[in-house]
Amino acid sequence: MTRELFLELFTGLLREMIRIRRFEEKCVELYSATKIRGFLHLCIGEEAVAVGVVGALSEDDAVVSTYREHGHALARGVPMPSIMAEMFGKATGCSGGRGGSMHLFDASRRFYGGNAIVAGGMPVAVGLALADHLSDDRAVTVCLFGDGAFAEGEFHESANLAALWNLPVLFCCENNRYAMGTALAREHASTDLAMRAAAYGMVAWTVDGMDVIAVREATDRALEYVRDSGKPCFLELRTYRFRAHSMYDPDRYRDKSEIATWKKSDPIPALEAKLVSDGLMTPAEVERWRAGVEAEVDAEIAAAVESADAAPLEPVEDLLRHVTTEAADGVALLAGGRST
Amino acid sequence: MALEKVTLGKSITNGLRKAMEADPKVVLIGEDIGKLGGVFRITEGLQKDFGEERVIDSPLAESGIVGTAVGMALRGYRPVCEIQFDGFVYPAFDQIVSQVAKMRARSLGALKIPMVIRIPFGGGIGSPEHHSESPEAYFAHTAGLRVVACSNPEDAHWMIRQAVACDDPVIFFEPKRRYHDRAEYDTAAASAPRGLFEANVIRQGTDVTLVGYGPVVKTMIESAAAAEAEGTSIEVIDLRSLSPLPIDTIVSSVRKTGRLVVVHEASSFLGMASEISAQVTEQCFYELEAPVIRVGGANIPYPPSRMEEEFLPDLDRILDGVDRALAY
Repeated sequence: MTRELFLELFTGLLREMIRIRRFEEKCVELYSATKIRGFLHLCIGEEAVAVGVVGALSEDDAVVSTYREHGHALARGVPMPSIMAEMFGKATGCSGGRGGSMHLFDASRRFYGGNAIVAGGMPVAVGLALADHLSDDRAVTVCLFGDGAFAEGEFHESANLAALWNLPVLFCCENNRYAMGTALAREHASTDLAMRAAAYGMVAWTVDGMDVIAVREATDRALEYVRDSGKPCFLELRTYRFRAHSMYDPDRYRDKSEIATWKKSDPIPALEAKLVSDGLMTPAEVERWRAGVEAEVDAEIAAAVESADAAPLEPVEDLLRHVTTEAADGVALLAGGRST
Repeated sequence: MALEKVTLGKSITNGLRKAMEADPKVVLIGEDIGKLGGVFRITEGLQKDFGEERVIDSPLAESGIVGTAVGMALRGYRPVCEIQFDGFVYPAFDQIVSQVAKMRARSLGALKIPMVIRIPFGGGIGSPEHHSESPEAYFAHTAGLRVVACSNPEDAHWMIRQAVACDDPVIFFEPKRRYHDRAEYDTAAASAPRGLFEANVIRQGTDVTLVGYGPVVKTMIESAAAAEAEGTSIEVIDLRSLSPLPIDTIVSSVRKTGRLVVVHEASSFLGMASEISAQVTEQCFYELEAPVIRVGGANIPYPPSRMEEEFLPDLDRILDGVDRALAY
C-alpha cells in the first residue's frame, strides 16, 4: 500500500472511533438531562472493536449485536439521527422509538439488532446465516457478543450448530473482561475463550481488541476465510470498557488502577501515536486534523440531537398496534379461505 | 371432491406437504424430523421428497432451533419448528418470549416473524411428566404470539397450512393422543372451512355451553351425547384459537344457554378457563344463571402415567361440571 492509502485507512478508522466516542459522551450528558431514559450501556474504550469489525463488512453481510451496540450501529452506517431519535424514544428512531438504546434495529442495513438478552441474538445469527447458506448467498453474518454470553447455553448451542452445519457466521467475542460486575476469572473455569471456541471445530483467534488495525486485519482475514470456506470462525477481541457497565453501575468491582492501566491502551490516542511514529503525520498535523474531525462530528451530533428533540413520540394509542399483524384475522390466510 | 378417511397425524403431514409445495421458503427444522420422520412420524417422508435442506435434522438444542428459525424468518423464510414433546419447549422459552414474540412490536412492525412452532401436547398416552403437559397458557399469556390447538383431522390439515401462511409467529398445539383418530373429509377442498383464529360451534344446544380445545374436544362431544340421553341439551364449542381468543362466539352461546363449563387438561389455576371465565363474567353478568365452571387438571406436576386417568378431564368429570352448572 502507498503512503496515501495508509493515511486514508488509518484516518478513516480514527475518525469513526472519534465519532462513536463523541456520540456516547453526548449520550451521557443527555442521560443526565433525562432526554435519554431507560438504560444506557456505553462502549467507550471498546471503539476499536466496533470500527475494526463492523466497518470491515460489505453491505450484504449481516450484523447481530448486543445491548452495548451504539458503536456497532454507527459503524454499520445506521444514520446517527435515527439512532439518536431511538435513544430519545421518538417515533423517527430506527426502531420507531420502541426499542431504545438496547434495541437499535435497521433491517435495511442488515443490522439485526441490539439485544437485551445476553446471548439471545446468537441463535438468530445462526438462522440468518442458514438462510444465506440456503439461498446460496455469500454473505457473512457477524455475531457480536461479550464474555458474559460465552457462559450462556445459547452460545454453545449456536457455536455447535454453526460448526455442524458449516454456516457462514463470524463469532466476535468482545471480551471486555467483565460480565457486568463479574470478572472473567470469576465467570469462566477456563479463560482462554478462543481455545474453548476452537473445541467446536471452528478456526479461532485471539486479537488485541484495543488495536483497531489488528482488529481490522483479523476481521478481513476471518471474513475471507468464512466467505471462501462457508464455515464459521471465532475472534476473541480482548478489550476493556472505560466506563461502568451502565449508568446505574457504581463500578465497585474493579480497581481504579486497573482502569488507569487499560486507559494507556486507549485505541484513539494509540492510533494517533501510530500516525506519528509511522511518519504519516507530524504531531502538529494530528492536532489540527483531530480538531477538524471533532468539529465535524460535533456538528453531526448536534444536528442529530436537534432532530431527535423535535421528533414526535409514537401516539400512546398506537401502542396496541404492531404487536401482531393487523391483517391476520384468520379469515383470509390462505387464498380462497373463507369465514363461516 | 376427494373424500378420504385420514388420521389427525397424517392430516398434519399432508398439510405440511401442501405448504411446502406451495412455497419454497417453507422449511422444517427439529430433532429427528428428517431421517426418522419425527418421534410421532408427522414429518415422515418429507425429507425424502424435499431434501435435507428443507427438512433439517437438528441437534438437541431447542433454544438453537427456535432462534435459528427467527433468523431464517427475518430473511424471508417460513420455518416450521418441531418440538418433540410439550415439556421439551422450556429450554426455548427465552427465545420464544424474548425474541419470537417481541421482534415485531419492538421494530414498530418493520419486522415480521412468520414461523410456526409445532408442539404435541396433552396426556393420555401413558407417558410421564415432560411428555404429557399442557403448557399453552404460558404462550397465550405472551403478547405477540398466536396460539392455536387443533382437535380433529380436517382442522389439523387446514390449520397447519393457515399457520404456515400466517405472517405472525404461531404456536401450534397438536393433541398427541388424537394423532391416530380418523375422520372423513374432502382432502382436495379448495379452501379452509374457517379462519385460523375462529372458534367452531360443533354442536348446537340450549342448556349449557361447553368450551374446550385440543384433545378434550372429542370428550366434550361424547359428554354432550351422553347428556342428551338424559335430556340435557349441550352446545359444544371447539375454541381452536387460544390467542387471539374468539370470545364473541362463546359470549353469543352463553347469552343463549346462561351456563358455561370450560374444559382443558392444563391446571385450572390460571389456565385458559380462568381468562374465559373472567371475560364471560364481564360481558354476560346478567345472562349467567350459574358461575362459570372450570374442569381442568389439578395444580400439580403431571402425575405418574398409572394415575393420569384420575387427572385428565373425562366424561364423568365434564358431566359433573355440567351438573354443577345446572344446580344453580
